[in-house]
Amino acid sequence: MKNLLPILTVLAAIAALWYVAVAPMNIRGALDMAERGGAEVVPAESIARFDRSVWRLMMDNPEHIAAGYALERPRLPTPGQVGAELWKTTGDMALRGRALSKRSLIYHGWITLQSTLWGFALGTVLGMAGAIAIVYSRVVDMSLMPWAIISQTIPIVALAPMIIVLSSQVGIEGRTVPKAIISAYLCYFPVLVGMVKGLRSPGAAQLDLLRTYSASGLQAFLKLRLPASMPYLFTSLKIGIAAALVGTIVGELPTGAISGLGARILIGDQFGTPLAIWAALFAAAILAGVLVTLLDVMQRVTLKRMGMQT
Amino acid sequence: MQDQTDAPVLDRSTTKPVISAKSLDLTFQTNDGPVHALSGVDLDIGKGEFVSFIGPSGCGKTTFLRCIAALEAPTGGTLTVNGMTPDEARRARAYGYVFQAAGLYPWRTIEKNIALPLEIMGYSKSEQDERIARVLDLVELSNFGKKYPWQLSGGMQQRASIARALAFDADILLMDEPFGALDEIVRDHLNEQLLDLWARTEKTIGFVTHSIPEAVYLSTKIVVMSPRPGRITDVIDSPLPKERPLDIRDTPEFLEIAHRVRDGLRAGHAYDD
Ligand SMILES: Nc1ncnc2c1ncn2[C@@H]1O[C@H](COP(=O)(O)OP(=O)(O)O)[C@@H](O)[C@H]1O
Ligand SMILES: [Mg+2]
Repeated sequence: MKNLLPILTVLAAIAALWYVAVAPMNIRGALDMAERGGAEVVPAESIARFDRSVWRLMMDNPEHIAAGYALERPRLPTPGQVGAELWKTTGDMALRGRALSKRSLIYHGWITLQSTLWGFALGTVLGMAGAIAIVYSRVVDMSLMPWAIISQTIPIVALAPMIIVLSSQVGIEGRTVPKAIISAYLCYFPVLVGMVKGLRSPGAAQLDLLRTYSASGLQAFLKLRLPASMPYLFTSLKIGIAAALVGTIVGELPTGAISGLGARILIGDQFGTPLAIWAALFAAAILAGVLVTLLDVMQRVTLKRMGMQT
Repeated sequence: MQDQTDAPVLDRSTTKPVISAKSLDLTFQTNDGPVHALSGVDLDIGKGEFVSFIGPSGCGKTTFLRCIAALEAPTGGTLTVNGMTPDEARRARAYGYVFQAAGLYPWRTIEKNIALPLEIMGYSKSEQDERIARVLDLVELSNFGKKYPWQLSGGMQQRASIARALAFDADILLMDEPFGALDEIVRDHLNEQLLDLWARTEKTIGFVTHSIPEAVYLSTKIVVMSPRPGRITDVIDSPLPKERPLDIRDTPEFLEIAHRVRDGLRAGHAYDD
């Protein structure tokens, strides 16, 4: 665990920066609240404060800076506030047996996770199939690859609402399918690129050796290209699952979605509850971290079983 | 007409050659114009011979070996292997090929690497095991079957790749600078082992090398080649006995052949200037 120290150091630095940033970000809110509470603030009218920089406000009202760390609706919540909100909507609810209540992030995370996994599976299958076609056919290589690249230049936020509308037009109920499609759309690309690279990784001498055995194309694929591509595959899968999660969340943003982490972010925005947004954001980040770590463990176990040094 | 007798024919020159090239040409069409990799190559290799190919880089040694193995198609002349076309010979499993890089699969143990050609050729599991044990013994790696390639030294990896080429009983072993990447001490040891293996298995060996002592030490026949266009400038039949301790390299006979090889190589270069 010699990686732990640098990781913790970076984490501490981020948290420290974050805490410092809370003061300027929340000073206006803190002053508004103090004004309403009858305290003396400089300048006294909130209109006048609009024109002042946050730095100036902090200098003129040092006694109110601390209040910015405990606002109910902060511009920028403190890490502690986010942590508390996260706990309130996950662990705490689970302890009270309401893990799957509609107000719990466990429920929304589960909705997001389902679509992510479906999209990931679909994207991986498509990516691998595309890679095999590209490696084995020059025509496909020339015709498919440019489209695959173009597909990734279209902003997914523009595409997502269209996919949702189109899928409801053809009679698909609910959001799970269109969300999975959006996920797969983002996920297949890294898998495709990684697998093309992996399947092409055996050198000419390796392929010549198989030719001297008169090996068939299928044998060359199963015995050489596929195993040789495994390290590349896992690397791509880790990128792919993170992309799939992003895709699902984007698919939950267009109006109409009521469940999923993306919907929580949107609702938090509409109702002016920044803590809910931040908690949902962190839940998404934690989910991504868990998924990528799981794949990382699978990679280590698989490659170790295959006898490869990693 | 020669007198045919029932007695076994021991003289190699009268038996049918295993490999026979007649005015073989190979021209690669490249973007910089044609490259004459082989030009008018005539060569017969008899059964059980150990033939070395020596010459400067780019003289077509690899290309000639690849033609024999049907990895490259000649653009002129004829080439037969066991009386067949190289393609047919390959399908008849006439040869095993050893590349400069051992090219073992990192995800397979040494045993499993040797099993690779056997799996592809459809040998039964029990026959695979029996053959693996036999060739591992032949290259003195019996205790390393369960190891992965990265756990072996470079010399051991190359021995494993030789074992892999021997596993399916090909009569011909084609080796393209198999020890080129190894240091001299390891190389000496492998040369001794290879001679021993050759004596025990009676294979026909085609061996590409850059090293004059290696070529002279190993071969019954040394083929000296020169580049642009790649061609044979000298073929030397070695008078050295089959039994060759390492110190044979200090004998006058040995040095004399080495000298002739060096002259051949130099002549090839002079032609070039
Ligand atoms: N696939 C190829 N395409 C074009 N030129 C080639 C190819 N293979 C070999 N050559 C050329 O043919 C010549 C002989 O190469 P090679 O047989 O590898 O020489 P050697 O093994 O003696 O060093 C060289 O000039 C090389 O550049
Ligand atoms: Mg070569």
